[in-house]
Amino acid sequence: MSLHQQSIAELRGMLDRKEVSSVELAQHFLARIKTHDPVLNSFISVTEDEALNAALAADHRIAAGHAGPLTGIPLAHKDIFCTLGVKTSCGSRMLDNFVAPYNATVVERLNQAGTVMLGKLNMDEFAMGSTSESSFYGPTKNPWDLSAVPGGSSGGSAAALAAGLTPLATGTDTGGSIRQPAAYCGVTGLKPTYGRVSRYGMIAYASSLDQGGPMARSAEDCAWLLNAMVGFDALDSTCSEQPVEDYTAKLDNDLSGLKIGLPREYFGEGLDVGVARVIDEAVAEFRRLGAEVREVSLPNSELAIPAYYVIAPAEASSNLSRYDGVRFGHRCEAPKDLVDLYERSRAEGFGSEVKRRIMIGTYVLSSGYYDAYYLKAQRIRRLIADDFRRVLSEVDVLMGPVAPHVAPDLGTSLKDPVTMYLSDIYTVPVNLAGLPAMSIPAGFAHGRPVGLQIIGRAFDEARLLNIAHRFQQVTNWHRQFPAAFA
Amino acid sequence: MMIAPSEVKKIARLARLAIDEAEVARYAQDLSSILDLVERMNQADTQGVEPMAHPLDMAQRLRPDVVTEINQRELFQLNAPAVEDGLFLVPKVIE
Repeated sequence: MSLHQQSIAELRGMLDRKEVSSVELAQHFLARIKTHDPVLNSFISVTEDEALNAALAADHRIAAGHAGPLTGIPLAHKDIFCTLGVKTSCGSRMLDNFVAPYNATVVERLNQAGTVMLGKLNMDEFAMGSTSESSFYGPTKNPWDLSAVPGGSSGGSAAALAAGLTPLATGTDTGGSIRQPAAYCGVTGLKPTYGRVSRYGMIAYASSLDQGGPMARSAEDCAWLLNAMVGFDALDSTCSEQPVEDYTAKLDNDLSGLKIGLPREYFGEGLDVGVARVIDEAVAEFRRLGAEVREVSLPNSELAIPAYYVIAPAEASSNLSRYDGVRFGHRCEAPKDLVDLYERSRAEGFGSEVKRRIMIGTYVLSSGYYDAYYLKAQRIRRLIADDFRRVLSEVDVLMGPVAPHVAPDLGTSLKDPVTMYLSDIYTVPVNLAGLPAMSIPAGFAHGRPVGLQIIGRAFDEARLLNIAHRFQQVTNWHRQFPAAFA
Repeated sequence: MMIAPSEVKKIARLARLAIDEAEVARYAQDLSSILDLVERMNQADTQGVEPMAHPLDMAQRLRPDVVTEINQRELFQLNAPAVEDGLFLVPKVIE
């Protein structure tokens, strides 16, 4: 098997047995990026020199017997994470010239762990989008079908994993941005509980929803990566003090007696029949693994998208007010006064989806509308969180589709934003409730990958990974590889 | 719900976004259809429901009010579009 199809555990073994060096591993993936990424456009920056230096340092560490679980393993970061001395664009023209002066906590921890950063991954501008088409750097393509989108906003992460251009990637999820691209590209992704992973140095979109997490080619690999990402961080005031676990420790636990709930609202009108069939088959697999399955109800699910399109744009309009053309980021030519400097720098620096969301957020927060929109949305947020709390006291986890359909064709989604927003119907409620959830490959429909979503209780990441891993021990969907990239 | 062109211009001004006259109609249409989506919230009776600001209802942690940052002005100003003598330059504000 080629290096890019090996698990992290296998790569670890090869590095420790000196069958491959970290430099050779980095060279292997850098060569693959050079060959395949001109087609996919999954990377915004490739950091070849930094990668080879980090790999050399990792090899010394391995030789000295000081290697940790991820020492010498290549990875790539979504370009939303600040990386010291390396361009951090967030997929925007606004930050095309921005070289981060510090590392995000996630980046710092993964550097300390000895990982080797290959580069920075493409994404929807400021993580606003479901297709990765809103990037200033052009759309990323889906390795399974180059005429399809990879999903978004972590589309570069999912596409690079699916094509074997990196064995691990970071992502962020505000309304589905880890799970949906993982589903569309046939890879595995975990959105942790809100506060589980530090948001310090992760460029903010909607601060009460944003959460970083691991993406990989299997649940086991995600567990390895999550172990190195989590932990309390005093630099993020919303980071949880809940103790962390070894997320690999329970991977092999038996699933007999596991109670799975299928939310009725996730299988109704609008769900593609091909996707529904794949999900049904995956659930049947869990029955064979000893789980009990029952139907449950999340009656307020329909309200999630409307509430999200108040809360997220409101927080975005506030967060993105920092881009003013003064201290960093894009500045317009020859401003005639200060207001002109602000208005033209922002108009030129932001793309249309970002501007739409800033405008909506500004509107709902403007004088006289706050109660009708923002407070109303926060009340609905509680109804949705209460729905989850109630059903998750009766069952251990929920399962359903990640998205109502497979990856759409490139060029079809941005024309009608509301239709694109509605496709996040199964992912957004989870962010509003702050819960952890995964997407794992479960099969194909219409020739494109389908993801199964598994939603858990707050801080129950280890159980989600265990459930996903057991499924992956008895199925092969996560080992499928797009032929053009083998 | 229909957002008027004058309203679009007002929102753009509040958001400090320059918009061309030619873009106003498109924004009016996009914002109106998004607000139509948002209006679906009104189907729900939320009387007596406490607004939820934090997804896990956790309180914001406080830290002691002490200096924790070192001065890194030169490093940070490497990203600035225009600086002079350690100051950020903007167009003249006061005549």
